[in-house]
Amino acid sequence: MGRKVRPIHTNTSDGDIMSDTTDSGPMLAADGTPLKRSLSRALRRQKMRALMLVAPLLIFVLISFIFPIGSMLFRSVENDIVADTLPLTVVELQKWDAESGELPDEALYAAFASDMVKAIAAKEHTKLGTRLNYEQTGLSSLFRKSGRKMKKLDPAEDAPFKEKIIKIDKKWGDVETWRAIKTHSVRITNGYFLNAVDMRRTPEGAQAQPEDKQILITLFQRTLLMSLMITGSCILLGYPVAWILANLPARTANVLMILVLLPFWTSLLVRTSAWKVMLQQQGVINEVLVWLGMVADDSRLALINNQTGTIIAMTHILLPFMILPMYSVMQTIKPHYVRAAKSMGATDWTAFWRVYFPQSVPGIGAGSILVFILAIGYYITPEIVGGTKGVFISNRIAYHISSSLNWGLAAALGTILLAVVLILYWAYDKIVGIDNVKLG
Amino acid sequence: MKLTKIFMASTALAFAAGAVAAEEMTIVSWGGAYSKSQMKAYHEPYSAKTGVNIINDDSSAEAVSKLRAMNEAGNVTWDVVDVVASDAIRLCDEGLAEEIDFNTQLAPAPDGTSAEDDFGALLVSDCFIPQIVYSTTFGYRTDLVGDTPPTEICDVFDLEAYPGKRSLEKRPIGNMEWALLCDGVAKDEIYEVLETSEGQDRALAKLDTIKDSVIWWSAGADTPQLLADGEVIMGSTFNGRLFSVIEEQNQPVAMLWDAQMFDLDGWIIPAGLSEERKARALDYIYFATDTQRLADQAKFISYGPARASSAPLVSTHAELGIEMAPHMPTDPANAQNTFLYNYEFWADYRDDIDAKFQAWLAK
Repeated sequence: MGRKVRPIHTNTSDGDIMSDTTDSGPMLAADGTPLKRSLSRALRRQKMRALMLVAPLLIFVLISFIFPIGSMLFRSVENDIVADTLPLTVVELQKWDAESGELPDEALYAAFASDMVKAIAAKEHTKLGTRLNYEQTGLSSLFRKSGRKMKKLDPAEDAPFKEKIIKIDKKWGDVETWRAIKTHSVRITNGYFLNAVDMRRTPEGAQAQPEDKQILITLFQRTLLMSLMITGSCILLGYPVAWILANLPARTANVLMILVLLPFWTSLLVRTSAWKVMLQQQGVINEVLVWLGMVADDSRLALINNQTGTIIAMTHILLPFMILPMYSVMQTIKPHYVRAAKSMGATDWTAFWRVYFPQSVPGIGAGSILVFILAIGYYITPEIVGGTKGVFISNRIAYHISSSLNWGLAAALGTILLAVVLILYWAYDKIVGIDNVKLG
Repeated sequence: MKLTKIFMASTALAFAAGAVAAEEMTIVSWGGAYSKSQMKAYHEPYSAKTGVNIINDDSSAEAVSKLRAMNEAGNVTWDVVDVVASDAIRLCDEGLAEEIDFNTQLAPAPDGTSAEDDFGALLVSDCFIPQIVYSTTFGYRTDLVGDTPPTEICDVFDLEAYPGKRSLEKRPIGNMEWALLCDGVAKDEIYEVLETSEGQDRALAKLDTIKDSVIWWSAGADTPQLLADGEVIMGSTFNGRLFSVIEEQNQPVAMLWDAQMFDLDGWIIPAGLSEERKARALDYIYFATDTQRLADQAKFISYGPARASSAPLVSTHAELGIEMAPHMPTDPANAQNTFLYNYEFWADYRDDIDAKFQAWLAK
């Protein structure tokens, strides 16, 4: 604060101040200071006060939003663990030619022994094993098992190490093990991002994952496609509801509004579980259809544990986010326009389509952005009603956060998702214009 | 003057609160009937004995990721955590759990057998104190499977004899082993086969034969619900869940114990506790994992105690009054054909096989 204030006092001889002096000297305020300075001081004070008022929110956003997202973005490329745990080995590995097909020399094994003894004492070797196991199956147990035996080695006494270490586990005598460590020893890696798009980092550069492990691109595409479908069905279902709400007398509209808001206030989990009861094969909808004779008892509709289930449940859950912006925009559309159009001979449809609808587009835009962005990151509903074909990329992110502990990959997936949302937002701005979006 | 008084009073209060907090510990578990059984068998007697107030936190499902986050933040708020063995191994690998000296830090059996011998092969990690043996196994609707109820695991794969939906867990563990077993692989060769890419494909090919009839579950409560609703005719879940469907809710469901997959659940103490908190956590563990306490838990839930010396002490259900022994996964009649979850194998292959499994599911 002090730093910002100081220039006011030292600026008296500044050209700026001099420029607004006139022949009769500077214009003075009541207390005798030059008017310009007095004014800017007052403005500055106002700005500071405004800043102080928003400071709690600013700090909150910084701590709870900007900082975590920043640290997540960083995690997706950070890879210090190999170089930190095996510092000497990594230096030696740089000298080793991974393409030669020959095992590294004694110097590397000696460096490795001394690194490992230190790592085992600090219990870091198993962490490293977990990290490398994401890239090459089997390395986790290799590090854990070898750790028990290698802690007895003495880096000063027990040389030479090469044979001893290979005797501890023959995988240390496998070129592939060392190639994997070398490939992933860089401090900043693109490995996680490659994994996130079904590729992997190899000594020969980026390569596609084996076909039977490719899953993430499919999930990204599915997430986008299904979010679009959900947004579409929200528009179709929400538009008439919003129109009715906006055109009814206020009292009736308010009662109906509660029907829209009521599910909005109910717990997400409760609503999703309720859909389970409704949609399953022995569930309410199927029972009614069978009772009505519209569906045969042995060919009940599969409405859950597939994409249909996810779309139905998520459309219902996200519908209020579509209706509310539409409603508040439609409320501002004056009925006179439609009446004027009709008085000039327009049919009902023309009056709606040419006059009313264009004015309601900003509401659709706002609702669509809200619903789409919420849908793209949904996790719990697809998990419960989506079965195998109706799950989203966020379910995979959750798996890597809580089960596999591969936070780097989870971060890379999250970063890509964030980038996709930002790009779509940008594209939307270019095509529709964000100024045309109104929340009310 | 007045302000000073208020200040002093609040400081005194804060200290008092701190002193009270010192007599508190947070124990993390799975919630539901399971936490209740621990409360009755362990927490209440321990609080009565020592005066320590125990706070329950039902966060075991996210324990590994939360402990990692707490550790990075340098503020571990949990004192004792209930996790499955595979999670304990991960936590131990990550340096997030304390190593335990089983013989000095756990109670010996009443006959003097050391804790290490009493737990025996169930000590699968240096950080993990086993509590119960549970199993993932199948239950079926007695009224929906026709006149000859299923008796063996391969009936799950037999769509002709048992048409209808079945529920399986949405992860490769368990399913891959059962698939290979029913594809003719000998039981002791299963993990060797599963190590190879061809073996994994073979297991998935076997699962392919029933894929269209499977509802995949991810929460332990799913299969009991699906069975009760008649959505599936058979399904896998934890044996304690099936016990409560059968005995407590009287649903027409029966157990198929064949090839049940044994797994362990138990305690770990998070790394990074203050000496005082660590000592209290160890004191609790010493109390809660002795022979009698482990047997007591079986009064409330049908999971087998992890100590050999506890088995003879298992008695009747605290509310239903029925004998618990025949409902234990470890009961000789139930345990004629069992798998013990291969921790070492899955620690290595979990990510690899999971990627394949998920890609296969999405196809």
